[in-house]
Amino acid sequence: MVERKLVQGNEAVGWGALSAGCDAFFGYPITPQNEIPEWFSREFPKRGKIFVQSQSEVGSIMMVYGGAAAGFRVMTSTSSPGWALMQEGMSHLAAAELPCIIVLVQRGGPGQGSIRHAQMDYLCTTRGGTGGYKNIILAPASVQETHDLVQLAFYLADKYRNPVIVLSDGILGLIRESLEMKTMDFGPLPEKDWAVRGRERQRDKNFRFVHSGVGTAAILVRGYPDYISWLEHMDDKYEQMKSELKYEGYQAEDAELFLVAYGYPARVCKEAVNMARAEGLKVGLLRPITLWPFPYQVIKEKAESGGRFLVVEDSLGLMVEDVRMAVQGQAEVHFLGIQSRHLPTDGGMILPRRVLEEISRLATEEGR
Amino acid sequence: MNTEKVWAAPNLLAFSPTCPGCQYLTIGRIIAEVLEELDIEGKAIAVIGIGCNGYISYALNVDRILGAHGRPPDMATAIKRLSPDNVVFTIQGDGDCMAIGADSFIGALIRGEKFTIIMCNNANYGTTGGQLAPTTLMGQITTTTPDGRNVITDGYPVHTAELAATFRGVAYSARSAVNTPANYQRTRKCIKSAFQKQVDQIGLSFVEVLSACPPNWHLSPVESLKWIEEKMIPEFPLGEFKNVNKTD
Repeated sequence: MVERKLVQGNEAVGWGALSAGCDAFFGYPITPQNEIPEWFSREFPKRGKIFVQSQSEVGSIMMVYGGAAAGFRVMTSTSSPGWALMQEGMSHLAAAELPCIIVLVQRGGPGQGSIRHAQMDYLCTTRGGTGGYKNIILAPASVQETHDLVQLAFYLADKYRNPVIVLSDGILGLIRESLEMKTMDFGPLPEKDWAVRGRERQRDKNFRFVHSGVGTAAILVRGYPDYISWLEHMDDKYEQMKSELKYEGYQAEDAELFLVAYGYPARVCKEAVNMARAEGLKVGLLRPITLWPFPYQVIKEKAESGGRFLVVEDSLGLMVEDVRMAVQGQAEVHFLGIQSRHLPTDGGMILPRRVLEEISRLATEEGR
Repeated sequence: MNTEKVWAAPNLLAFSPTCPGCQYLTIGRIIAEVLEELDIEGKAIAVIGIGCNGYISYALNVDRILGAHGRPPDMATAIKRLSPDNVVFTIQGDGDCMAIGADSFIGALIRGEKFTIIMCNNANYGTTGGQLAPTTLMGQITTTTPDGRNVITDGYPVHTAELAATFRGVAYSARSAVNTPANYQRTRKCIKSAFQKQVDQIGLSFVEVLSACPPNWHLSPVESLKWIEEKMIPEFPLGEFKNVNKTD
């Protein structure tokens, strides 16, 4: 029998991590993701697993670095200002090629911004940080998908020896939905023979050196002939990571207008599509599930066959830049952003009716 | 001819490049001797941040990880919690430990992590060319204190070993030097005690080692040893500040 639980999005992160065989969680309190470290503090120690509340997000991410270097499945979670503090660690994790996952529950910014939902960290996650590294970003739109993508994230992190981000938001984190508990199997993974365990535990009894260091270390420690060869190795890996592209098309086959949205606005858009279809409008939804790699080609093809686009994003417009890049000037790209919330407050939301209004306006504009 | 081995360098010790008169490899040698003596080198994991202190780990044939500046206590926390059978130790400079990584260091002390921190104090930022460090002496000229450290703008040198001793989760805290053979032996004893505390799972153990940086001090190696004796030790007294077999 399938086990079902009514759980919150933030708690689904924990259940997903448990199913994925996560060994340790390191985190620091920040709203709206506090239920995640609280879940781990409750559920992990009694299972012999590790929970540490760090002294800061700078600490959390480097604890993740240590745990990953020792070959364990480890993770952290945070919200936007904490994500800012993790940038240095992220760059080191990418350089040292350490697998781990980071769950980022977005809130409004910039600065302290708000403690409520928003989608303002698109560029600072999809573009990577200092040093031009890349990481896969998985964007769930439900509690179930949060749970499932956390498991996929651990697999992809190990597969590519690279950090993977699960990008949630304040609404997805706090809603409660029915969750089907399941352990997902994505196939075999290579042994972590690079991990530090103490020399006596290494099969060849030689020491291991996990290093995120300067160019010369690429030669001395990592064994590449020169600095550029090491960067080329990273670039090859990033190219391979692009094969993990995932997106959902909803009513997209015969659509003439495509909504593009991820996270909570994607759910809003689905409802708007249903409402528009009821009015006979040929509207569909393209929902990127991986934000990096981004479905440029899919959008490009829709643009070439005459599609128009409406990007719905709870920000001043970040992902819309990727959609514009994808269509390469060959199609209209409209934007419905944070200014279209039903209330001009941090608690306001972009609601289906507002999206429908915009769809109708665009339909009329076309007819004109 | 029959030969008898009367002395050998520790097997653990490997080549590592340092400046003339630098004492970091001396400290590395002591760590190697202690790890071999306690028979824990196979379980050892060295954790390093950024700074010349990294060269100490290069000299040791043990598993090691290098990450961000100031963060070794964070990395060591994770490794020791996940794999308590390993002997985990950080090698840090004074800037790594008490400036950029102060929160990481204090965080580990507050939590009473069960690993060992070895902090090398050379009173300046050696790797980047001799800038002001939290441990720079009053009046000491560095590249960012061209008129000497003064209290108005730079405050006073930090006493890390005394500070570490105040934390209830700390089992051992000491300061030593390697400027004389006698001090070398004392440092060896301190580092051995520190690792023993970890093996006995008592609490965090900390050793601060005063160490020469002749190029940035603009002194010869021999003058540097004298400078440690006459200037550094009066500011940073040697000795054990805490040594307990049970933390509160």
